[in-house]
Amino acid sequence: MMMRKTLISFGVIVASLAGGAWFMTKPQTVDAADYAGLIGVPARGAIVFHAGGCASCHSADGASGEAKLILSGGRAFVSDFGTFHAPNISQDREHGIGDWSVTDLANAMVHGTSPEGEHYYPAFPYASYARVSPQDIADLHAYLTTLPADATPDRAHDLAFPFTLRRGLGLWKALYAGDDWQIDGDLTEVEARGRYLAEALGHCAECHTPRGVLGGLDRDRWMAGAPNPSGQGDIPNITPAKLDWSQADLIAYFTSGFTPDYDTAGGSMAAVVESLAQLPEADRAALAAYLERLPPIE
Amino acid sequence: MFKGMTVVGTVLGLAILAGAASGQDAAQKALADATKARQAQMQLYAFNLGLLGGMAKGEVPYDAAAATAAAGNLSSLAQLDQSRLWPEGSDEMGVDGSKALAAVWENLPDVMAKGADLVTAAAAMEVAAGTDLASLQASMGALGGACGACHKAYRVPSN
Repeated sequence: MMMRKTLISFGVIVASLAGGAWFMTKPQTVDAADYAGLIGVPARGAIVFHAGGCASCHSADGASGEAKLILSGGRAFVSDFGTFHAPNISQDREHGIGDWSVTDLANAMVHGTSPEGEHYYPAFPYASYARVSPQDIADLHAYLTTLPADATPDRAHDLAFPFTLRRGLGLWKALYAGDDWQIDGDLTEVEARGRYLAEALGHCAECHTPRGVLGGLDRDRWMAGAPNPSGQGDIPNITPAKLDWSQADLIAYFTSGFTPDYDTAGGSMAAVVESLAQLPEADRAALAAYLERLPPIE
Repeated sequence: MFKGMTVVGTVLGLAILAGAASGQDAAQKALADATKARQAQMQLYAFNLGLLGGMAKGEVPYDAAAATAAAGNLSSLAQLDQSRLWPEGSDEMGVDGSKALAAVWENLPDVMAKGADLVTAAAAMEVAAGTDLASLQASMGALGGACGACHKAYRVPSN
């Protein structure tokens, strides 16, 4: 009897723990009220699109110029957990996201949750996009609808067990996702804009900050450089401890890709510069101002 | 007698080996020389871009004549005959210090097209550099894009 009671209690505890874990790992969604009545403006959305670097991942491999606006997906991203393939986010209603509402896009960007209510893998940088404003998402949605449809089917990710279990990503999100700013304190308007561009849309830290074993960012080494996930070389430290470029050097680099030695941006950064070059000059200056505000880390 | 022949044979054999080796050395040296020559060309680009970029950033006072001369150099550099600068085998695997990917030789028509884009961008800069500072500044992006397009596709990623 005693034994039986203990067993039952044990069962209840296990069940409630499992239930708690199931609840904790449940994909989150945005509050639709935050998006109601917002009117998206495509021209502003274009800036969000370029600041977010959407085309760098979602255009076809090797695409350049106008072809980078065909968001057919397919590029492969190698990581410690397996290889991710960027999905089609063109306006195709079947293979792309042509039937997405503004809140579908918001759920994806802010919470990494698909319209089917599943977790996306954080290769999609929603841990950064979580800070993007509702108006910017509405503008981006409006801009995306002006881009072409493409019927390329998505390619499945190629991951090792247990990373194939999407539900577990709820725990990852609980540990690492959030919408708080890394650099806080008194910021000028320009620095705050730079922070928004760098920490939210530009998702700079996703490459320039090292990760722990579970793939979460090591916030104590914010922008202090990291191994290249592709295995080739390192992503540089861009804190003032290592990056001694002037503001003018940084702005010139974001505009033309020229380093102070008149070499050009290399690797993935070349694609980033192509996007940054599309932004208003003031935004490139804001990014440079933000970089100067970073705590120097050796 | 035998001994003499053996010696002659050995000497001959060594000579042939040495000949083959020095033939290989010469071929390797030709690849290394071409790599050095094109890197020197890149340095000349950077040197002339340095003046234009310095003016664009406001670090050097704008001077139409000097800017035009530097842009003219870029234009001339872009139009140099490069047929001997890119021998097959002078890629990063073949030559120490080379950063050219083997893909260069697998996509020659695309490489040539990107080279032609640079000629166009340099010509545009030549006009802009002599016009005024704002035009010069506005032309830096296209020039950087033309340089970067080839580096992105055909150079070992550095970072």
